[in-house]
Amino acid sequence: MLKTLLSGDYPRSRPLAVVLVLMFLCLALGPFLFPGTRAFSTLGMICVFVIVVASYDLMLGYTHIVSFAHTMFFGIGAYGVAMTMEAMGKGFAPIFIGLGASLLVSLLLALLLGLLSLRVKAIFFALVTLAMAFAFLSLVTQLYHLTGGEDGLRVRVPRELGPAFKPFDGELRGFSITTFLGGLFTDPGNLGEVWRESVFKARITGRDLMYYITFFVTVGVFLFLLRLVNSPFGRVLQAIRENEFRAQALGYRTVFYRTAVVIISALLATLAGVLFALINRYVNPENTLNFELMVFILLMCVIGGMGTLYGAVVGAVLFLLAQNYLQDVLKWLGGGLEPGTLLAELVGPERWLLWFGLLFVLSVYFFPAGIVGQLRLWAGRSSSRKQDNGDDTTVTGEQESGNKGKDGPVVS
Amino acid sequence: MSAPQDTFDADTSNRSWWERLRAFQQDKPHLFLLLIMVMVPLFLMNPSTWAVLTLSGLAMGAMLFLMASGMTLTFGLMNVLNLAHGSFISLGAFAGATVLTMWLNDYTSGSLWVNLVAVVPALLFALVVAGLLGVLFERLVIRPVYGDHLKQILVTVGGSIIVMELLQVIWGSNEIPVPRPEALRGALLIRDAIPVIGGIALEKYRLLAVVLGLAVYALMLWVIDRTRLGILIRAGVENREMVEVHGYRIRLLFLAVFVAGSALAGIGGAMWAMYREIITAHMGEELMISVIVVIILGGLGSVRGCFYGAMLVGLINLYVGFLEPRLAAVATVGLMVAVLMWRPQGLIPVIKV
Amino acid sequence: MSEPILSLRDVHADIDQYHILHGVDLDVPAGELTVLLGRNGAGKSTTLRTIMGLTTLTKGQVRFQGRDIGGTATPAIARGGIAFVPENMGIFGQLTVRENMVLAAVSGVMDEQRLDWIFEVFPPLKKFWNRAAGNLSGGQKQMLAIARAVIEPRELLLVDEPTKGLAPAIINDLADAFEQLKQQQVSILLVEQNFNFSRRLGQSVAVMSDGHIVHRGTMAELAEDEDLQHELLGLGLGAHQ
Repeated sequence: MLKTLLSGDYPRSRPLAVVLVLMFLCLALGPFLFPGTRAFSTLGMICVFVIVVASYDLMLGYTHIVSFAHTMFFGIGAYGVAMTMEAMGKGFAPIFIGLGASLLVSLLLALLLGLLSLRVKAIFFALVTLAMAFAFLSLVTQLYHLTGGEDGLRVRVPRELGPAFKPFDGELRGFSITTFLGGLFTDPGNLGEVWRESVFKARITGRDLMYYITFFVTVGVFLFLLRLVNSPFGRVLQAIRENEFRAQALGYRTVFYRTAVVIISALLATLAGVLFALINRYVNPENTLNFELMVFILLMCVIGGMGTLYGAVVGAVLFLLAQNYLQDVLKWLGGGLEPGTLLAELVGPERWLLWFGLLFVLSVYFFPAGIVGQLRLWAGRSSSRKQDNGDDTTVTGEQESGNKGKDGPVVS
Repeated sequence: MSAPQDTFDADTSNRSWWERLRAFQQDKPHLFLLLIMVMVPLFLMNPSTWAVLTLSGLAMGAMLFLMASGMTLTFGLMNVLNLAHGSFISLGAFAGATVLTMWLNDYTSGSLWVNLVAVVPALLFALVVAGLLGVLFERLVIRPVYGDHLKQILVTVGGSIIVMELLQVIWGSNEIPVPRPEALRGALLIRDAIPVIGGIALEKYRLLAVVLGLAVYALMLWVIDRTRLGILIRAGVENREMVEVHGYRIRLLFLAVFVAGSALAGIGGAMWAMYREIITAHMGEELMISVIVVIILGGLGSVRGCFYGAMLVGLINLYVGFLEPRLAAVATVGLMVAVLMWRPQGLIPVIKV
Repeated sequence: MSEPILSLRDVHADIDQYHILHGVDLDVPAGELTVLLGRNGAGKSTTLRTIMGLTTLTKGQVRFQGRDIGGTATPAIARGGIAFVPENMGIFGQLTVRENMVLAAVSGVMDEQRLDWIFEVFPPLKKFWNRAAGNLSGGQKQMLAIARAVIEPRELLLVDEPTKGLAPAIINDLADAFEQLKQQQVSILLVEQNFNFSRRLGQSVAVMSDGHIVHRGTMAELAEDEDLQHELLGLGLGAHQ
């Protein structure tokens, strides 16, 4: 059962598996474990960005196509649904019409991009997508009577997905992990009190429904992508990545495969954009189309581990937690420092991106396979050490490289 | 190169104008496009507006050329795509602005001479600071990833985040106003400059930008066409291995070019700072789009192509910006896509990519 | 025989994951023209590239004038006195003939006398002095490539298949040029597939197969022994006129 679900592509590292299961549980039970709107919106963003990053990984990690237009497709989805609802009013019909329309637009643009990549070579592609994404951003910003310009659009979701809607009257109990752990830390003697404090009343509203829709779509998309990359199609993609020329010589129409990847990835990003608009209920150029957002996606993908898909989950969770909470940590760290000094500036809460950028560059140099790739590498190493304990060391070396080959995603 | 030219001259007499135009478009696509770019708007606006826009467009083009030339050479010579080039532009802008602010505060007299001279140390400081960052950047960030485009893209994007954040650490995250020297404010009024058009007002600063851009272009062409260093650079663009086989250390050559390119980006950034009179750490990132369009238009690795590409982008920005401001960016990118469909290697291709 | 100017001992080299050279032992006597023969894919070009440091030496030793140059960077090897004319000639097509020569004169000044001599040997170079080198014909490009290698005095010349794709008349001109170089006591290592051309020029000879040297000797010896030729090179009788 699990094997079919995961398409036989297991985490292949015990720590990784534990982390992933924890993440899955936190996301699945999220509204009942983390009270507060900030936590709630972080959970939603994580789900959305898992789709965004995983679909980006399909291009970057599995096919080595560097595109800077991923946010463009994300934005098409977000604005597509926001604009249809602006024009047609509340209701479920506009959502589906918006979804369909933006998928269509994305399909056409992705096809155009795919065809353009026929004309130009890989490195050009990166630059051309960058320029196109910028043109799109400027168009959205300038056509303010349609898009609201810099101010963006408020998305009026149907009542059933809003906070005012209560599907049933009763109350559920939630258990705040953060409060519990915090209490455990500060007041370990008074466990009963801590326990009681941690329990909170959770009311199910339309927003929770929206969250669970997003969550299940995310799980579905993720499993679909796992299936895709482990199918014959995915094998061809990896062949193209390793040696496009040879893949061509074997008779694969690489152009078809590359275009297909660009299109699939674009459509999934569009879907994520639609979910984003509905769960965030507000879209503007900054939160959907900005170049900075594109860089963030790149960061999540690479730090998590290119070409592993699981890396998309790990990367998105880590990055969004950092984006939302690292500032607090830095504020706490810098609290003792004299304000105004260079050191205080360096660890200032608004400088969190500096540290993430540094982490990113270092990880490209030293852990090019990202967190997931590195964990798998260690797992492979320790298991092979266990197998031939005391044997000739060269054997271990060979097994290691064998494991590496099986992993595939190790970036050369 | 000269062979087709000869035949072209030889039988011009028995060719129709149409054939001549086609030959011109084939042989000199950059001039052809520039000519069209300049002529078409003449029908869409009144001549004196056109004159002002053209000068502004050329001024913007000149500044873009300063910023883009380094990146195109870096790519052409060493096949390195430096997406952090924009952060060098930002650094130059902040360095130049700092000097200008200090200089102009000390000499509040407003003396014309002091005012004018303030530009020189500002540009020099921008050049030196950006060049120094270039040395560091080449050693620390780019050297480990030669020959790997994917990693180059990732690492230089990461590097640009770091530099951009450090700029904010040093200069703060807010917009900074840049004083433009008094002597460069205002415009030169030329009465009855051209018979039909009448008087035109040429903004002084834009004239300076055009002059500086042309000067740097001329200098670069001289270095590249006439000097031994230039021969080496051209040879390196074509075949790095053979340059090494002749006994030249191409890494050193590349470091020199990289630093020169960074320094030029710094000057371009400082010029841009004085032009917009307000700067942010992210200005380089925004300019990178234009820079990328410029180098793609010109053909990666080509300094001449870069110059014409910059002028084209500057002009289309100003013309379209006047006719329909909302479409300026779209027109710029549209121009790039159109040129790529016409000539996939850019206007003056140097290397096969 | 005096001390060889270049000697390779048990040289191994890889290209990507392929092991190309499996322990090459080769001596190039000073002041002589040595021909390296062998079929396609025997590893001749890789041997030259490994000497120049263009392909990484994974094991073994390359000694040039008594110094170990294995693992040295290509520019340093070149400045040490080895000139290399690769199989594709490595002409800078966008540069003029003059600029190609200026670059080849590493010291920065071109010796007029030597240049006159080169013009004498290769007259087309003078004629097309200011033309883009990319517009030259194949034979003229080969002349330029060799001219670049000898514009300054070098200790050793590595030339990879200069006759490839050239018309017989031009091959004759090239052979004359090599004769002249031989008279100047330049040491040359010539990789060839054209047996007639190499028989005319070669003094000593080595034959490669599958990344090894399988035969060493003098050219005179090999030229006499048709069975050996057949065995080593697979030459039919027709190849001997």
